[in-house]
Amino acid sequence: MNSGKKTRILVAKPGLDGHDVGAKIVVRALMEAGFDVIYTGLRKSPEQIVRTACDEDVSVLGLSVLSGSHMPICRRIKDLLHEHGLSDILWLVGGNVPQKDHDELKSLGVDAVFAVGTPTQVMVDFIRERVS
Amino acid sequence: MSERDQTEPRPVFNESGLEIKPVYTAQDIEQTGGSDGIGNPGEFPFTRGIHNLMYRKRPWTMRQYAGFGTPEETNERFRYLIANGQTGLNVAFDLPTQVGLNSDDVLAQGEVGRVGMAVDTIEDFEIAFDGIDLDKITVSLTINGAAAILIAMYFAMAEKRGYDVRKLRGTAQNDILKEFIGRGTWIFPVEPSIKLVGDTILYCAEHAPLYSPVSVCGYHIRESGANPVQEMAYAFCIAKAYIDHVLQRGLKIDDFASRLSFNFDIHGNLFEQVAKFRAGRRLWARILKEQYHTQNPRSTWLRMIAGGGGGGLTIEQPENNIVRGAYYALISALSGTQTMALCSFDEAYTIPSEKAARISLRTMQVLIEEMGLCDTVDPLAGSYYVETLTNQMEEKIRAAMDEVDAQGGIVQAVAEGHIQSAVSKQAFENLRKLERGEVRKVGVNCYQMKEEDPQVEFHPFDEGICAEQVKCLDRVRSQRDNARAESVLQTVLADAKAGRNVMPAVIEAVKAYATVGEITSCLVEVFGRYDEPVRF
Repeated sequence: MNSGKKTRILVAKPGLDGHDVGAKIVVRALMEAGFDVIYTGLRKSPEQIVRTACDEDVSVLGLSVLSGSHMPICRRIKDLLHEHGLSDILWLVGGNVPQKDHDELKSLGVDAVFAVGTPTQVMVDFIRERVS
Repeated sequence: MSERDQTEPRPVFNESGLEIKPVYTAQDIEQTGGSDGIGNPGEFPFTRGIHNLMYRKRPWTMRQYAGFGTPEETNERFRYLIANGQTGLNVAFDLPTQVGLNSDDVLAQGEVGRVGMAVDTIEDFEIAFDGIDLDKITVSLTINGAAAILIAMYFAMAEKRGYDVRKLRGTAQNDILKEFIGRGTWIFPVEPSIKLVGDTILYCAEHAPLYSPVSVCGYHIRESGANPVQEMAYAFCIAKAYIDHVLQRGLKIDDFASRLSFNFDIHGNLFEQVAKFRAGRRLWARILKEQYHTQNPRSTWLRMIAGGGGGGLTIEQPENNIVRGAYYALISALSGTQTMALCSFDEAYTIPSEKAARISLRTMQVLIEEMGLCDTVDPLAGSYYVETLTNQMEEKIRAAMDEVDAQGGIVQAVAEGHIQSAVSKQAFENLRKLERGEVRKVGVNCYQMKEEDPQVEFHPFDEGICAEQVKCLDRVRSQRDNARAESVLQTVLADAKAGRNVMPAVIEAVKAYATVGEITSCLVEVFGRYDEPVRF
């Protein structure tokens, strides 16, 4: 972390969900941990999110969803990541995601699901381990 | 003296930053402003309650937040809650409805009917409220960005069913300023959003004088990270912004102030919350009298729903949330609320199951029927601790309001994102305190357990809901008089452009089966869309 380029992370709020307390907490925690973090703000379409990930050349994409609509959103994002040649991005999903959906999310290419209540340090450690 | 008595107890501070003494006496009340402000229930400054007999005359209204899927499913849940003794309804709308989109909008994909009921046209309201007596059950609409449209729909639906809108009671949340701080269902930029709130207040003052067009929410501001003092202070600043706007448009304070209501949050320290409500009630009465010179005592009433907040509930050991909910309900009752709601124990996971919603309702009924909470008004009055804390909280809320004013006022602070930034920073600090163990939360950072899968029944979501709702929308659009719908939409557009009150035109539009999305598009054409400032 002390040498070279900082890891760039995009934290995004897809869909219409307005609950951004968690996303903003994660943004602060990642910034505090030394990452370069971009936050999209609310209500971004999968297209907007993937375009931003592309334009900003991020190596980590974190989605925050609490409305329950994570499955249709992630299915769409998977296709878009593929189209943009970003399938190898480290893809994280956080929020209110029931256990029963974790396997399907993983099969779409999601690298980790951080449910509500996950300590921010766990996310920081995971990203550090996977992006080196 | 034992050794234990000689050790200096460690300092304790409540969440609002007040140091809590181990013992309080009459002297503490005197040193913090005295006991003159306590007064009697039903009398200015209403510290002890806005009515003289409070729950002795009528218990609080029980109004659980409910709504999901199609209007038919929502109607079924409404009937279930009413059959179980609920005395008011609080309608949850899905996100497309909340942000003014039709169910067939590309942006609505995957969201239709998910977190609330889907509404496209007045027909959906007719179905959702079918068989419910709107004179007996008051309805609260949890709608903000699209509030003008949904209020119009409610009035038009009621009128169609033969109710006199002049006598219609009920509430719309319609507090857009707090949506910019937390919750996030804004549509238009800040200034036109306030203008729309103003339109609804002006319209109701003239045509629906018993309806409460706005419920100013400290609730979501607190849920976003604010402490109890900030919760009250920001809500009061927001309420004042609406009042000032409406006064500028020519109404007199007593024409509408009595119809303003509030929505506050309950979680955290019991005594701090009770003092917050008692202090808030007194301060609001004083503000209305001192700053707005009201003549009607009702204009000074802080009428509120005080609900057990989701922010206090935990995903860990969810059954503990039933216990928390019971304490939140107790706090609400001790605080003299008009209406009570509780987040259900499973709400950290899912839309409440029928059973979870019923437990919340039963929690309130136990307080009413078994615990004696309705027997006497403001039972904590006169407590050295509670009265001292009430004095201190009032002073702190006033100071926090002054601070916002000194920074250019709440409207500017929200438009520039300063309040959002301050509140989210605090949410982060709250988390750090929890992680460091400075704040203790049972099951989260103490008394943890290795948990099996939670014993929570997940609300089933049927992906077919969207198709069903879109089919209804298509049918309504094909059956309506399209020329008429188009013509009334043009009137909405023209009135918005001319700066006139849009409510009469919006009411005509919903009667002509214009959709939520169509009406919103007309308003967006004139007002534009909000561009969220992202600050850290």
